[in-house]
Amino acid sequence: MTDQAQLLPGTLDLLILRAVSLGPLHGYGILLRIGQISDNALLIEQGALYPGLFRLVRQGLLKASWGTSENNRRAKFYELTVAGRKRLSEETASWNRLATAIAAALSQQPEEA
Amino acid sequence: MRILDSLRLHILTLFHPETVRAEMEEELRSHIAHRADDLEHSGLIRAEAERRARIEFGGREKYKEEIHASLGGHLISTGFEDLRYAVRVLRKSPGFTIAAVSTLALAIGANAVVFSVLNALILRPLNVPHADSLYTLEHGGYKDQSTSYPDYLDLRERNRSFEDLAGYIMILVGFDTGGNPTQAWGYEVTGNYFDALGIHPYLGRFFHDADEHGPNSAPYLVISYAYWHSNFQDDRGVVGRVVQVNKHPYTILGVAPPEFSGTLVFFFPDFWAPMVEQEQLQGLNVLNERGQRDIYMVFGHMKPGVTPAQAIGDLNSVGSFLEKTYPKDDGYMTFSLARPGLAGDLLGPGVKGFMTGMMVLSGLILLAACANLGSLFAARAADRSREVALRLALGSSRRRILRGVFTEAVLISLVGGAVGLLGSIVLLRQLSMWYPVPQFPIHVPVNPDAKVYLVALLLALASGFLFGAVPVRQILHTNPYEVVKSGSTGIVAGNTGRRITLRDVLLVAQIAICGVLVTSSLVAVRGLVRSMHSKFGFEPRNAILADTALRMAGYSGDRALAMQRRMIDSLEAIPGVKSVGLVSQIPLGGGGETEDVFTGQTADLRTSNAAANVQVFKISPEYFHAAGTSLVAGRAFSWQDDLSSPRVAVVNALFARKIFGSESRALGNYYKREDGTRVQVVGIAEDGKYYQLTEDPRAAMFLPFPQSPSTMMCLVVRSERDPQQLASAIRSTLRGLDASLPVNIQTWTEGLGIALFPSHVATVALGVLGAMGAMLSITGIFGLASYSVSKRMRELGIRIALGAQRKEVVQTALGRPLKLLAIGSAAGLFMGILAARVLAHIVYTATSRDPLVLSGVVLAMSLLGLLATWIPARRALSVNPLILLREE
Repeated sequence: MTDQAQLLPGTLDLLILRAVSLGPLHGYGILLRIGQISDNALLIEQGALYPGLFRLVRQGLLKASWGTSENNRRAKFYELTVAGRKRLSEETASWNRLATAIAAALSQQPEEA
Repeated sequence: MRILDSLRLHILTLFHPETVRAEMEEELRSHIAHRADDLEHSGLIRAEAERRARIEFGGREKYKEEIHASLGGHLISTGFEDLRYAVRVLRKSPGFTIAAVSTLALAIGANAVVFSVLNALILRPLNVPHADSLYTLEHGGYKDQSTSYPDYLDLRERNRSFEDLAGYIMILVGFDTGGNPTQAWGYEVTGNYFDALGIHPYLGRFFHDADEHGPNSAPYLVISYAYWHSNFQDDRGVVGRVVQVNKHPYTILGVAPPEFSGTLVFFFPDFWAPMVEQEQLQGLNVLNERGQRDIYMVFGHMKPGVTPAQAIGDLNSVGSFLEKTYPKDDGYMTFSLARPGLAGDLLGPGVKGFMTGMMVLSGLILLAACANLGSLFAARAADRSREVALRLALGSSRRRILRGVFTEAVLISLVGGAVGLLGSIVLLRQLSMWYPVPQFPIHVPVNPDAKVYLVALLLALASGFLFGAVPVRQILHTNPYEVVKSGSTGIVAGNTGRRITLRDVLLVAQIAICGVLVTSSLVAVRGLVRSMHSKFGFEPRNAILADTALRMAGYSGDRALAMQRRMIDSLEAIPGVKSVGLVSQIPLGGGGETEDVFTGQTADLRTSNAAANVQVFKISPEYFHAAGTSLVAGRAFSWQDDLSSPRVAVVNALFARKIFGSESRALGNYYKREDGTRVQVVGIAEDGKYYQLTEDPRAAMFLPFPQSPSTMMCLVVRSERDPQQLASAIRSTLRGLDASLPVNIQTWTEGLGIALFPSHVATVALGVLGAMGAMLSITGIFGLASYSVSKRMRELGIRIALGAQRKEVVQTALGRPLKLLAIGSAAGLFMGILAARVLAHIVYTATSRDPLVLSGVVLAMSLLGLLATWIPARRALSVNPLILLREE
């Protein structure tokens, strides 16, 4: 638990989009999916998920519908919209560029000192 | 699809917040249930699993808030919650709410009234099409608009900047519809008047240039809508009807539209008649005399694309042509332009100055009210610091609490603004119906329009934010742990220390503003009282005026003079009448005649060579006696000073000094009038006020009636008898002489109404504002005093328990508010004295260097202090230490 990383601001939305891109999920499911695809390396407080979800729905990147979960409970399922899919690929590309650049910068050894 | 979804969410958020909230709630519950399922699978019992799931989820309320925020419907829905909360809080403290709302209602009401008047007089253009391009011609040299008819025709023909130029004269006539003749005010206008303004009749038709064919060729009238309504009972058959004006038949052509009431914003004529009818309407014809500047005002629409500077240049070139062509009559023909509504620069600057001053003062009132409410709010915030601390401790954000405070403030300000506006509408209705000077058709319709409502709304909002902002710092610095721990209002104790707080500054400023208002209103009242008793150069007490114009009943020439002598004789026969005098126009009666005079040696009688421009009065021999004007030297007239004897005059002392150097040299000496007549000075009268109370001393000449006849006349009847009885005796006597003569009878003191009108208005306005300022100060000091008493109850209790004397207790409790009162009053008095200098221009003899005024202000302010601290002082003295100490 202790070696879990704090999320950078703005990255939660990206993770949600990514998680949902693999198929419709309800909120708790999204949380599990993020844990699964990140090998539980990221610390997300459970409630913090929901403001992000509502925001993405409002932006039209996700759409939501009520259904029944695998536990036979009523739950709200989220899936990507076309715009959401487009946004995901853009954000992924830009994240990768950023990560590569930061990693390169940090691994550079200074020549003197 | 996506747009539809997001739209649905928006609509739901806006209009069905409970649906959204329920859905959100269900979703979060479902999340926790799923998590609990998982935990149960891993071996926990259900109850424990659910508890763990809830803890892991985190602060549910906080996330719900965040979700709301992310939905954007946030502001509106929480705004609504804030509003509901504010209403609830305010309902719980009705005393505070009523005090706050009524304070604000007064302040905003005052502003709305002043702004409405400002709007009606200055901001709102005349109610004619394209009022923005309408200008009046003003003589650059001496700032009046009067023009002679021949000059008017030249200006109209020769200028290239105006679409058309029209002019008018205000006249008073005898108007007879076949019953009781009455006096009526009208405009004598050039034939193109209505066409130049571009307005259309409500009924019938207007007259045009084409209707005129020289003098007395167009006996037509157009009556105003109001006159039609009140004197013809809306009879549509009035068009074509013949009425008698000054005993001449005139045909009513039409009725003007209701929204058109002449080309001045305050003077409402009953009718319009063509200027070519001058001889019949005014009893004289100066249409061909270039030197007689009889047209009151010439105005017109500027052509599109012409700038005012170009128009002035154009007019000046016409002017210099006129100067060269008619050197005898036309001197100084330079022009400037002004707005016609307020008679150009004649009244414009004075009215504007006064109204701006009033606006500033009422703005100050509003500021004082805001300061007042600000400190009330700060006190409340201090009282509620525990509540604030609790809410903070429970996770509410400071922003949310501040928003609550502002919602409360704005709610109060809007309600206060609405109440104030309602009150001001009632007041303005009355003001619109008010005819301040009975014998003139002067009134100002000041009904509020959209602009006034907008200003009131903006003022209300602005003041809400202003006083709402006062406690902000206090709330931002609240430390919830300290407050909750100490169990009392910890932060406040620090604030009531020796340090000068914002509230102190606000209170001092407010008292200073009030001091200014009280000082200036006292100065104005005192000035008004004094001007009632000042030297006018005549004695208005115990005198009755009967004014009329003989031409209204068709008299002229010798017949008029004979009639005037008969009138004097029969009035003198009334028992109790001491003397009866006759004057062409009563001094300070709102009118006046002036003339250029020349020294006896001047040969070239052009305007630029004139020795002085003097006031002219034509009088009967007994006038000085009846008016109470004393002769300094020489003799008064007798009826022997008629056309067969040499021309004589009585001049006032200033005239004598100005033309002849001294009074002794004037007596027996000669000067020349405009028409070249040589006149001998036979007497010298005391100086007086002739046109306005605030005027600089003016030269005046008095001419004997038989030598300078006038059908305009005012009889001055001096008697100690009861004015009411005397007036009816005068009326029946005059009716016995000629029943068709409309006469206006009033006491001379009443007749001074128009001269005292500006002082009256200033005094009433300042008095009202002063009273409001005083009330605000009382509530302000009261607020601070009672607050400081209630905050220090415990301290006072201990002091009393330890044996403090009553005096010491009061000093502790109220020393500070009283000190602030003293500082504020001193500042206010000082500023008020400075402001009084400005007042001297409006109210005659207004001066602040008056011991009565100064002591009045000090007395008023001390009284205010006493009133405001009375109740808190009683409370401080009645502290019972035992009960108080036991309670804590």
